[in-house]
Parts: sequence; structure tokens; C-alpha cells
Amino acid sequence: MTARVPWARALLYATLVVVAAIYLTPIYMTVITALKDPANINLSTAWQLPSPLNWKSFSQAYAKLGPNFLNSIILSVCATILSSVLGSLNGYVFSKWRFRGNDLVFTLLLFGMFIPYQIILIPLFQTLRQMHLYGGLPGLILAHVVYGLPITTLIFRNFYSQIPDSLTESAQIDGAGFFKLYLRVIFPLSIPGFVVTFIWQFTQIWNEFLWGITLTKYAANPITVGLAQLAGGEAVSWNLPMAGSIIAAVPVLLIYVLMGRYFIRGLLAGSVKG
Amino acid sequence: MHLTRDRIIAFAVLLPSLVLVGVFVYGFIGQTVYISLTDWGRGGAALAENPQMRLIGFDNYKELFTGFLHARFRQDLVNAFFYTVSLVIGALALGLFLAILLDRQPRGEGVFRTLFLYPMSLSFVVTGTIWRWLLAPEGGINVLPAFVGLPTAQFRWISSRDQILTFDWQSLPAITAGLVAAVLVFLSWRAWRAGRLRRAFATLAPAILLILWAIFGQRVVPQMLPIPERHGFNLATIGVILAAIWQFSGYTMALYLAGLRGISEGLHEAARLDGASELQYYLRVAIPILKPITLSAVIILAHISLKMFALIFAMAGPDNASTGHPAVLMYLTTFRGNKFALGAAIAVILFLLVALFIIPYLVSSYREQHRRAS
Repeated sequence: MTARVPWARALLYATLVVVAAIYLTPIYMTVITALKDPANINLSTAWQLPSPLNWKSFSQAYAKLGPNFLNSIILSVCATILSSVLGSLNGYVFSKWRFRGNDLVFTLLLFGMFIPYQIILIPLFQTLRQMHLYGGLPGLILAHVVYGLPITTLIFRNFYSQIPDSLTESAQIDGAGFFKLYLRVIFPLSIPGFVVTFIWQFTQIWNEFLWGITLTKYAANPITVGLAQLAGGEAVSWNLPMAGSIIAAVPVLLIYVLMGRYFIRGLLAGSVKG
Repeated sequence: MHLTRDRIIAFAVLLPSLVLVGVFVYGFIGQTVYISLTDWGRGGAALAENPQMRLIGFDNYKELFTGFLHARFRQDLVNAFFYTVSLVIGALALGLFLAILLDRQPRGEGVFRTLFLYPMSLSFVVTGTIWRWLLAPEGGINVLPAFVGLPTAQFRWISSRDQILTFDWQSLPAITAGLVAAVLVFLSWRAWRAGRLRRAFATLAPAILLILWAIFGQRVVPQMLPIPERHGFNLATIGVILAAIWQFSGYTMALYLAGLRGISEGLHEAARLDGASELQYYLRVAIPILKPITLSAVIILAHISLKMFALIFAMAGPDNASTGHPAVLMYLTTFRGNKFALGAAIAVILFLLVALFIIPYLVSSYREQHRRAS
């Protein structure tokens, strides 16, 4: 078939290369602009490679974004671990300890991941204030854990339903109770499930913006809020926001490049039914 | 014996999550609906921890749809419609195209797949910041024509104030009726072609009624605004739409590619033996099989574009009225203007629009699971 129409094959590769180039254009622009001296950023040379290279953009951007970066690390790591552990336990119950109304409760739970978060924002804001959690990282972590429960439960439930019931039943006959069954049989098989949820949750939480800007005070702003403020000013020299974008993107891009397969699995989990 | 005890433990493990989601999702939605019916933020200490609220009914909603001061909300609603339609169509078409290219199994497929999908891992704020520079009036994209000897483009991507497809807000009910009628006529035509005459008439009748109402029934609609108010498709939103398509076409590609790979090679072979060209195979065989995937993708993309906040915030700034979106306006109204009840009303409208897509999706997915389980 390949030999039958060689020109079609050539056209296929040509199209792919052109589209790939278009997809990479924003990254190209970001990198070259980040490496330029502010004085050399102008209309006529926007697409040209920088010379000399101005690596200082990165240290300048990090000087501003450093605290935000650390906040995001703490936030993403804590919220990811907590929501994944809870999701794993929930998924275990939903797949291996089915009860009356199991599917209905699960569907009602899933609803939580599709709502536009504006609909819960005002009560969330008020509740965190009343709990004295407003403005800091613990409140934001709480929000991410609670609203992360639907997706983590979904991923683990689907993952565990692939574990044959015969395996859990034989362990039960051997006298394993709820927790023993989880620790001896389910948990050791869960590593791929945890990888998928860790990656998915970390990326989502790292990238989140709405809660970051409404529920945290300046000192606890995550990286997305820091970047928006860095880029938001009017008289901005473009090398800094571009360097800042790279700093904000590197952790998730690294995860994506190194563990793309698991990232895609999380992506598909959120959209494929059941 | 142990089993019953374990069942209780199982439920006890699940319970905290259920309570949390019950309160934080369902309880909070109820609370927001309640707040939207009050006057919180119309005066007094809006930022008090326990603010005074008085129930005033649907006044906030009435204000948003017909109030003189809230033209921006109405334009934002129109924007949200165009954002959604453009993102869904754009990302579906491009994603399907890329998936078909990769389905031809070119060498280096993995590399291309990675390149098409990487924008999906970026945050909206990063995408917005980068594209804001690309589309800056004095920046990137506008200079490109100069490389092939053409004059540089002058389009002011994010700040253009031009509008096309404008209509008067007063005629919105008629336009809606017309659109619904068009869909019904299409469904009726399909039913007629499939030989289901009864169903064809059952869908045609309401369509005719709607068209008649749209043409003759306009005087029944109360005057919503004292003066005509034009709304339409803001050209400034095109930039945001392009960035969003760049970010999400890889996602639809991944969905479609998984679907295409799921079609058995035998079916492809059979189509080939029947003399179908490759194009015919995709149009007649593959795309109809992928219909459930298309449906899922439409729902996911629609709900993403209906809550698109960070991208617009970072790319155009929250105060840019031309690229406005109810999700952004809700933030401005609530957290900058301290008009909490009005912000809650915007949130409820946004929520209802999303629910329109999500609830049927969840109901059908629930039925499917239930069927499989029993």
C-alpha cells in the first residue's frame, strides 16, 4: 500500500511536518524572546534568534516567581497525595464492595468534576474564611483535595474493576478483612493507578488558577497567579513573562515528556465513559 | 459474618468523601442559588463574615438579562456561545484530521503525537501569556506576511472592537426559536429518509409552530430593553479561540486516535476489498463508528469552554470587554465589585449552561453502567 502511492506518503509527511512546526511555533517564540535583551525586543526582529543570549531573564523571573514556585510545589504535592490516597480507598469500595445504589452514588460523585467552579466559589470563600483557612495554602489544599475526589475515585474505580473478583474472593476465603484485602492484594497492584492519578492531579493542581487568585493572599499565591501578575502589567518587557512561562511550564512539561503514556491515560479517563 | 462487618467498614471509609462532596458540591450549589436570590452586595458591609442578606427573588437575574447597566453580561453570554461553538468545531475537525494522519502509521508517529499533545499539559495562564505575545499588535503573527513579501497584517487580535453577525437583543427569542426549529427540521428530514414517517411528522410539527411564532408571535414578547442593543461575534475573540484550539486539538486527536486504533483491521480490509478508497473508508466507515467519541469530545470541550477563565484572564486581561466571558465577569462582579448576589446569579446561569451538556451525559453513562452491572 505504501509503495502503491508514494506521493501520498510524501504528502502525509509534508503535512505532518508543517503542522508540527505550527504547534512548535509558540514554544520557539517563547524561548527566543526569553533569551533576548529587553532592548532588542521589537517588531522587526521578533522572529530572529537572539544575540547575544540574555540568560539573566531567567534569574530575574525566578527572583519574582521563586516564592510562588515553592508554594505550588507544596500545594501540588500535598493535595495530590491526599486526594490520590482517598481516591484509591473510594475506588476500592466502589469496585470491590458494591452496595445498593452503588452506581447512583458514584454518578452523583462524578458530577462534582464537571461543574464550573464559579458555582461553588462564593460559599467556598465564605466557608474557608469561617474556618480561618482563607488566604493560605491549607485552605487551597483542602479545596483541591475535595474537588479532586471525583476524578481520583473514577480513575481508581476503573483501574480496580480490572482486577478479577476471583483474586479478592480467594483472599476473603483465606480470612482477609477489608483493610487486609486492600493492603495485601489491592494496594500492591495499584502502582500504575497511582502513577496515573499522581501525574493527572499534579498537573491539574499545578495549572489551576481560579482558586489561586480568589482564595489565597499574596504570600500564598501559586505559580499561575505569580505569572499572571508578572505578565499582567502594561509596561512589561516581554523577556520576563516568557522566561516566567518557561519556569511555570517546566515541571509539567517534564512530567509529560517523561511519562506521556500515563498522562494520556489520565486524560482519557476523564472523558471515556464508565 | 465477617462480610457484614467489612461492609460496614467499607461504607465508613467511603462516608467522609461522600459527606465532603455532598457539602462542597451539592450544598454549595444550593447555597449559591440561594445567594443569587438575595441582595448581598447591594450595599452595607458586603465583606462581613456573616453578611446581612435579604431575599429579593429573581431580581438579579432580571437585572442581568434586561438591566440597562448589564449589557456586558449579555455580550459575554453571546461570546460564550461563540467560544463554545468555535472551540468544539475547531478542535474536533483539527483533532480528527491529525488522528487520521497518524492512523496512516507514519514513521516517528510517537514524536508527532507528543508534539501535537504537549500544549494540553500547559496551564491556561502559560498558554495565555505566550499567545498574548504572539498576537500582540506589534508582535509575532502580524509580522509573518512580511516574510513572503506581503505587507504586515494590522489586525488587532485581542483589542479589536469589530463585531460581525450582530443582532438586536430583543430578537434573541426569535433567533433561538429559529435555531431550534432548524435542528428539528433536520431531525425530521433524517427520520423521513429513514422511513420513520410518524417520527418525522412528530418533529416537524413543533418546528413549524416555532417558525410561525418566530415570524408572527414577536409582539407577544415583552419589550426587554428600552432601546435596541446590538450584540454579535466579537472579532477580538478569534485570538483566544485560536489559542484554545492549539491547546485542545491534541486532546481530540488522542481520543480519535484511540478510537481509530480500536476499529478492527478486518473492517478496514473489508472496506478496501469492496473498492472503497481510503477517503471513503474514513467518511463512510470510521467516522460513523467514532460517533460516541465525537459525542464525548463535544461534551468535554463544551464544558471546558463554558468555564474558560484563566485563558482569557491571562491572554486578554479580565477587564477586556471585547473578549469577555461570564466566567470572568463572575469573578469581577464578585471579587472586585463585591456584588456577591449578582455574581452568584451569573454563576448559576453558567452552571445551568454546563448542566445542559453534563447531566444528559452522566445520565446516559449511569444507565450504561447499570445495564452492564445487572
